[in-house]
Amino acid sequence: MPTTPHPRPAAAPDAQEVISAEIVQARQAYAKTVEDGAPRRDHPDRDYPPYRSTTLRHPRRALVTVSDPDAVELSGPVFGVTDVTDLDSDLTRRHTGEPLGERIQVTGRVLDRDGRPVRGQLVEIWQANASGRYGHQRDQHPAPLDPNFTGAGRCLTDDQGTYAFTTIKPGPYPWRNHDNAWRPAHIHFSLFGTAFTQRLVTQMYFPGDPLFPYDPILQSVTDDAARNRLVSTYDHDLSTPEWALGYRWDIVLDGPAATWIEEGR
Amino acid sequence: MSSPTEPLAPTPSQTVGPFYGFALPFAGGGDMAPTGDPGTITLHGNVYDGAGAPIPDALLEFWQPGPGGSRAGAPGSLRRDQVDGTIIGRTGLDFTGFGRVGTDADGHYAVRTVPPGGVPYISVCVFARGLLHHLFTRAYLTDPGADPLLASLPPDRRATLLTTLERDGVHRFDIRLQHDGTHEETVFLAFPAGPA
Ligand SMILES: [Fe+2]
Repeated sequence: MPTTPHPRPAAAPDAQEVISAEIVQARQAYAKTVEDGAPRRDHPDRDYPPYRSTTLRHPRRALVTVSDPDAVELSGPVFGVTDVTDLDSDLTRRHTGEPLGERIQVTGRVLDRDGRPVRGQLVEIWQANASGRYGHQRDQHPAPLDPNFTGAGRCLTDDQGTYAFTTIKPGPYPWRNHDNAWRPAHIHFSLFGTAFTQRLVTQMYFPGDPLFPYDPILQSVTDDAARNRLVSTYDHDLSTPEWALGYRWDIVLDGPAATWIEEGR
Repeated sequence: MSSPTEPLAPTPSQTVGPFYGFALPFAGGGDMAPTGDPGTITLHGNVYDGAGAPIPDALLEFWQPGPGGSRAGAPGSLRRDQVDGTIIGRTGLDFTGFGRVGTDADGHYAVRTVPPGGVPYISVCVFARGLLHHLFTRAYLTDPGADPLLASLPPDRRATLLTTLERDGVHRFDIRLQHDGTHEETVFLAFPAGPA
């Protein structure tokens, strides 16, 4: 009878100190390139070793620039009233009971790089519950699920480009990038502009989170000013008395807008 | 032409992460073709990493002109039930031009659509756990010979953008995020802001 090979023990996960040292190294290397005259970089480098899963999932070849003014990507999908319902923007009212946690309102504007509002476009969010657990079967974090919270929402921006959600503040959660790895609390955002080129998926963070320096996903944005743009602002004027705390987060979409959009639209 | 003011600094990208599955994919996300359209084609394939392993947690989006060449799109890709808010899918009449599917546990995806009017390609946007910034590519259903992007690429690179016709109406388009030692990495695209 053939012997069953022993399963190879998984490589021991790296310590936080190892990841933290790589984070600092990447940030210093970036700062040096800027000092030497390289342009500032707003987006993370897809090859970012401290986030271990990037290793086999980033292209090694340079992107090919498309400057064809007739490219299909300069137009983009549209959404409308049939794609959302009024309840979609209130993540606390999707079940019969109230979710546990700190009720918050999150709002802001979606703009293009010329400062024009992105109107009538789809904004999608998803997040963990107050205990840091996703309503996703593969989330094995032993924190409680909340039967009154799913954690997904949608809305269309209004004429000023404004979006608004009512939800609960998500909890931080552990992950397996390295030993003792914890994600700071965040809400995932998905955005469309007037052109497919402006597509953006990102994450919004909460001000003052002590986990920021330890998190290779946030720190993958090596430019300090750019990274700070991922952090929302607590806005007391947005808070509703005896109801919810308010956070403001404006979003600027990169890439060319639709070529068929006339000025002033 | 220069803008009178400095352009606003963009919001950085972040990975879609592993847990988008209960939020972004939607019922009928890959059924782009109007119901029963005799011109329906299937576009399918695998997404692979740099070790040649299929990626089970990638999310793909597709955008294309309608069969008549319109790039205006149409709402209704995520049409909702007004009673309980669940996604009931497209009407099957309008062509929205937009599709979205996650890869299966074996890294495979499939969409059913109609060939785009006016261009030979379908635009594809790739998101994945471990991918900090999405990637654009194109699935060319045919090589018209005069396409400016294809014409600019050497043959081995160009080949990564061409679908393989497996049988009538079934096009295979594999996406390789990184050269795996044997297979060429897919060509990914950049669309710089500003006047072309
Ligand atoms: Fe997350």
